[in-house]
Amino acid sequence: MPTEHQNKPVEFTPAMREDYTILVPMMLPIHFEMIVQILRESGYRAELLRTTGRRLVDEGLKNVHNDTCYPALLVIGQMIDALKSGQYDVNKTALLITQTGGGCRASNYIYLLRKALRQSGFPQVPVISINFTDLAGGTGFKITPKMLIKIVYAMIYGDMLMWLRNQCKPYELKKGQTDKVVDRWIKIMNRQFSSGKFLRVGHNYREILEDFAAIERHREKKIKVGIVGEIYMKYAPLGNNDLENFLIKEGAQPVVSGVLDFCLYCLKNGIIDYKLYGGTKGGKTIKTLSLRYCQHWQNQMIRAIKKHGVFTAPTPFAELEAAVDGFIGKGAKMGEGWLLTAEMLELIQSGVNNVVCTQPFGCLPNHIIAKGMMRKIKNKYPQANIVAVDYDPSATPINQENRLKLMLSNARLTEEFGAAPAAGKPKPILDKTEPAAAISAERDQRETVTL
Amino acid sequence: MSYKIGLDVGSTTIKVVVLDTQDNLVYKSYERHRSRVREMALEKIQSLKELLTGHHLRIAITGSAGLGMAKESGIDFVQEVYATAGAVRQYVPSTDVVIELGGEDAKIIFLKGALEERMNSTCAGGTGAFIDQMASLLNVDLAELDRLSLAHDRIYPIASRCGVFAKTDIQPLINQGAQPENIAASIFQAVVDQTIAGLAQGREIEGNVLFLGGPLSFLKGLQERFIKTLELDGESANFHPLAPYFVALGAALYSKGLSGYRSYDELEQIFTQVLAAPQEVQGMEPLFADEQEYQDFCDRHAATAVEQRDLSAFSGRAFLGVDAGSTTTKTVLLDEDYHILYSDYVNNLGNPITAVKRQLDEIYSQAGPGLTIAGAAVTGYGEDLIRAAFHLDFGVVETMAHFTAAKHFDPAVDFIIDIGGQDMKCFKIKDDTIDDIVLNEACSSGCGSFIETFAKSLGYPITEFATLGLFAKHPVDLGTRCTVFMNSSVKQAQKNGATVEDISAGLAMSVVKNALYKVIRARSADDIGQNIVVQGGTFLNDSVLRSFEKELGRKVVRPAIAGLMGAFGAAIWAMRNAGSQSTVLTAQQLAAFTHQSKATVCGICTNHCNLTVNTFSDGSRFIAGNRCERPVTGKRADVQLPNMVAYKYKKLMSYTGRPGPRGQIGLPMCLNSYENLPFWHTFFTELGFEVVTSGRSTKQMYLKGQNTIPSDTVCYPAKLVHGHIRTLLEKGVKTIFYPCMSYNFDESISQNCYNCPVVAYYPELIKGNVPMDGVQFIYPYISLNDKKIFEQKIIKYLNEYGFALTKKEVQQASEKAYAAYDAHRADICEEGMRALRFAKDHHKKTVVLAGRPYHIDPEINHGIDKLLSSLGFVVVTEDCVANLANAPQTNVLNQWTYHARMYNAARYVSHAPGTELVQLVSFGCGLDAITTDEVRDILRESDKLYTQLKIDEIDNLGAIKIRLRSLLAAMDEREKEHAN
Repeated sequence: MPTEHQNKPVEFTPAMREDYTILVPMMLPIHFEMIVQILRESGYRAELLRTTGRRLVDEGLKNVHNDTCYPALLVIGQMIDALKSGQYDVNKTALLITQTGGGCRASNYIYLLRKALRQSGFPQVPVISINFTDLAGGTGFKITPKMLIKIVYAMIYGDMLMWLRNQCKPYELKKGQTDKVVDRWIKIMNRQFSSGKFLRVGHNYREILEDFAAIERHREKKIKVGIVGEIYMKYAPLGNNDLENFLIKEGAQPVVSGVLDFCLYCLKNGIIDYKLYGGTKGGKTIKTLSLRYCQHWQNQMIRAIKKHGVFTAPTPFAELEAAVDGFIGKGAKMGEGWLLTAEMLELIQSGVNNVVCTQPFGCLPNHIIAKGMMRKIKNKYPQANIVAVDYDPSATPINQENRLKLMLSNARLTEEFGAAPAAGKPKPILDKTEPAAAISAERDQRETVTL
Repeated sequence: MSYKIGLDVGSTTIKVVVLDTQDNLVYKSYERHRSRVREMALEKIQSLKELLTGHHLRIAITGSAGLGMAKESGIDFVQEVYATAGAVRQYVPSTDVVIELGGEDAKIIFLKGALEERMNSTCAGGTGAFIDQMASLLNVDLAELDRLSLAHDRIYPIASRCGVFAKTDIQPLINQGAQPENIAASIFQAVVDQTIAGLAQGREIEGNVLFLGGPLSFLKGLQERFIKTLELDGESANFHPLAPYFVALGAALYSKGLSGYRSYDELEQIFTQVLAAPQEVQGMEPLFADEQEYQDFCDRHAATAVEQRDLSAFSGRAFLGVDAGSTTTKTVLLDEDYHILYSDYVNNLGNPITAVKRQLDEIYSQAGPGLTIAGAAVTGYGEDLIRAAFHLDFGVVETMAHFTAAKHFDPAVDFIIDIGGQDMKCFKIKDDTIDDIVLNEACSSGCGSFIETFAKSLGYPITEFATLGLFAKHPVDLGTRCTVFMNSSVKQAQKNGATVEDISAGLAMSVVKNALYKVIRARSADDIGQNIVVQGGTFLNDSVLRSFEKELGRKVVRPAIAGLMGAFGAAIWAMRNAGSQSTVLTAQQLAAFTHQSKATVCGICTNHCNLTVNTFSDGSRFIAGNRCERPVTGKRADVQLPNMVAYKYKKLMSYTGRPGPRGQIGLPMCLNSYENLPFWHTFFTELGFEVVTSGRSTKQMYLKGQNTIPSDTVCYPAKLVHGHIRTLLEKGVKTIFYPCMSYNFDESISQNCYNCPVVAYYPELIKGNVPMDGVQFIYPYISLNDKKIFEQKIIKYLNEYGFALTKKEVQQASEKAYAAYDAHRADICEEGMRALRFAKDHHKKTVVLAGRPYHIDPEINHGIDKLLSSLGFVVVTEDCVANLANAPQTNVLNQWTYHARMYNAARYVSHAPGTELVQLVSFGCGLDAITTDEVRDILRESDKLYTQLKIDEIDNLGAIKIRLRSLLAAMDEREKEHAN
């Protein structure tokens, strides 16, 4: 029974494929360049939004409930901003968002986006959702098996480029060289997704590794800092104020695991759900199969890096899964769920003791899986140096920077003194200054007490 | 000789220390920088010319505002916590824990065991600044606040998360006449609780504790609260004479490790260059393009003046209006032609009674013999108290008073926004009635007084500070969340070299944006209204007024008496309802007026309200702080109105275990227990367990578990879980069952049946953060949706703990458990129907108090249901009426069971006459960011009022009471209109 309250969503129809531009909001700068190219060569006029700036946040604030999580605010802000920019024919534009579904409020992004569209005068704009649970499809947009395989590979290549970039850029002698290599490979891959050559993985991996290895680097030892978190905040420079580059500038080496793990985690959850709560077996078989294939492809990439021997290789998903045992149940599947805990643990177990955990302010799952697990992790690994950084429209970069700097200082302090430095002898301080210089509450309270 | 200089640039002060070769302290200074960071740094160095010239100098900068300067100057920066740790290591190495409170930062460093350093999270800033703000609220200086606190005899619970919350708690205490000594100590206690809850995050503070930073070295009362709360003895609590300088000392020590020296001249040159360097300025458009634009603006707003008449020459009937606001008291005396005979606007200095008495005194002394006060009305926070004290004729709900006043200036007014010192109120007017009321949530309040406090802290009087903003060239964008956030935004702006002018204008813009986007949640000017009246003291600030018009792109009416509107409206109200003579105290009675107040705790029911008993000279008493009439009248309300919240709660509390062969099992009464207790209780009892629940939630229980809460921004219901688990542990239970539940029962009213992430997985967090030695904590992932699967799984999970349950036993128990749950639900629905019938038969208004199951916990809802009863409402819960309506088609993803019930309830209310919905939202509930808009939209379609109450650990119903009374008034008016 449709009621007056319900606003029927605008479908993306097959006819729209012809002349509609599909706008894709940015999340992973490397991956999304490739994914958008895959969409294009599959017949969609897709365009990646590379806009940045405070404007997007303000647009989000105006169009989304301000207590909604920051990623929703940014993504929707970026899209509305694009529609308002005048660069696109708003009657020939569709929006695409990726969604995970599940019990986290993030599953509501598409609804919030539609609401925002209605409220800002673009009710005609259709929204396409790419997701794992088919929350809201459109008949005109279909991911074929061929496209899906390409997208999975785009993630693997993207993960690899991101992974290697972070191992080179902090050490590069010629500034900008690493990013050049990354850009070149995005271009190469984009050509290969059209030609089909992307499947020559062995060859490609070798060449990529050679190219990165050829970047001139110094051998200075840097503090390694892992980045984990809510998926958007973890990866999107727009959300985390370009955290990877910030850490590099501060003299650290970021360690950022790939996005394929997140996809595998989503697949795995379907299987775990069956194990915990029963249900139909049909979905389970497909998920198990997909999981096996993706893991196999991921392992090919990992083996290639190991065989090449210059760079550290990422951890296979199977090991991530194992890392979490005894810490959090795998039934915890909302948001990044047990994966986030697993990533923190995996980092620490592999010697990366310093971890930034990024999250939108007030992120519900992260109360449990991030902040809620830190004590448990620290009890087992006292050397763990984890900082939780909240992002929201009003949190200033300086506030975040200060916290990050604290984490980095902690890292250096630990390196200097060890985890539990022995107490030295007290060194009395001889105060030779005039007593008049001393402050007292009596003299000028309001002036003195607020530091 | 070589000297080491440590330069600590904090958010408001600058600290400098100089150490000689032997690390002796040869210079130290501590001054406020008033945003003149670069100038001060240079002056500081220059003033040390004599001392420094001819020496090898090493220098390091630290502090929250020092980063920018370090970058510009090329001088090494050391993170402040790192610096502190370095200094402590050198000077007081026996320290186990350092607690440092600064102006806006709170830090804790654990030095023993695993090294941990923590700073307050983005949400819990403001410590020194917070105390400052509180002191100015009480109108005492810090030394006085300190002295007062030491003479306290009780502590009031004050929200400990952030300053704004605490302020909302303290204000009513002041208005109720609580003793300043107790308030002062309670403020310090709030700071202590904040530090422990926000920073320790589950790690025990024990061993030798070193207290650093300004507030902790000057304020004995604060020290005392810390020592008491942490149960430290004299030896383990260390207060260092150099406490305010430790960060600077740390920087000086850090500079030892740096290579190379600088000379005095080089240093002077560096700081001169920093000062001279052009500042990167990014700001917003100026408020006024030119002087002319400003003049036009002034002329336009001058048109709203109200005529004055001389009181001494006046003869005839006059009408008194008093607005006893949170920080100010406003009084207006009108003649029958709406001329003002007398008006006054004063800061009530924490004592509204004295303020009103003085104002009345003045009226009587100025007035000639011909004055007859025919009617007198009071509105505002202090309404009841003032009315009782001075025998005023009427009490007016704030909203009605303001509407009445606004109509006087613009009969077509359709939107009123009032920004006062502490709060913000917005009313939408439709068909001459109040259609919607938005009050600021505790988190965005305090904006008006924030500007004032900020002006003070920068050393400017508020009027001058406001004027500065008018012609700022690049107003800074300071964000819109809460005052604490603005503090750090200002820090950032200062770092970027913003001028005081830019900051002043930026603050004005922030207040406005806060109002528009945070409170009203407006999208465009049309969203708000055509005829807007702005009022409240804050709008007297022209920068704020201009920002508002600018942001909205619309001209608004600001009455010249913007600050007096509540009192003006009350006076008009008095005029319309007056008889021949007011009962207000006469000059004679006033001369004999005295007032005493005493704090006490009500012992009549389990709410244990903190009461303030006011006694007046004529022997009459006024009791404040109560939730019901029992402490006043000594008996329960005459007619017991049906109250489903109370009914449900009582029913759950009646579950008691019976001894069984399998021993005890503990069930915490938290979150989902309020839904599933009948199930689990029956299940375990049938299996032969003695079920022990953690019982009623209390504030004490919350405090018991407070130190194990890892995330201070999680909702209060979740925080309470820690206390419940502690309580079970204290009861000696050896097994606790608290399942993780992704899914609820599928009630077929939504696309899925999820729990919220916090409810679903909180057991995981408990396991990870609450020490439970020797106790089995059973927290399996389980779903109750399929009985068969449940039986298969639960037997496996429980038998892992050695219970040796048989299949048959489990089947029988689960049979009974499912039946018990169904019976429980059926009973509630039935009782709900009875309540609705009662309302119909007795012509009572009904409120559907919609929330989550756990919102029936009186510690969580703070007795709002009882308040509704006292206002004459029949109270039912969302689950009683959810099955009375079809599931609405929602514009959001309807996949959480409890949300689905609320949508259904809203749908039911849409078509139910005499019924409105009040939604309870716990602060920090991310899901409700989605539900609130949707519930509102459903209600709006049927022209229903939407009332959202945000609740937290704050145990104060002041603002909520105004909301609910306004709701009642709006319903009454609609009824009247309907009747016509």
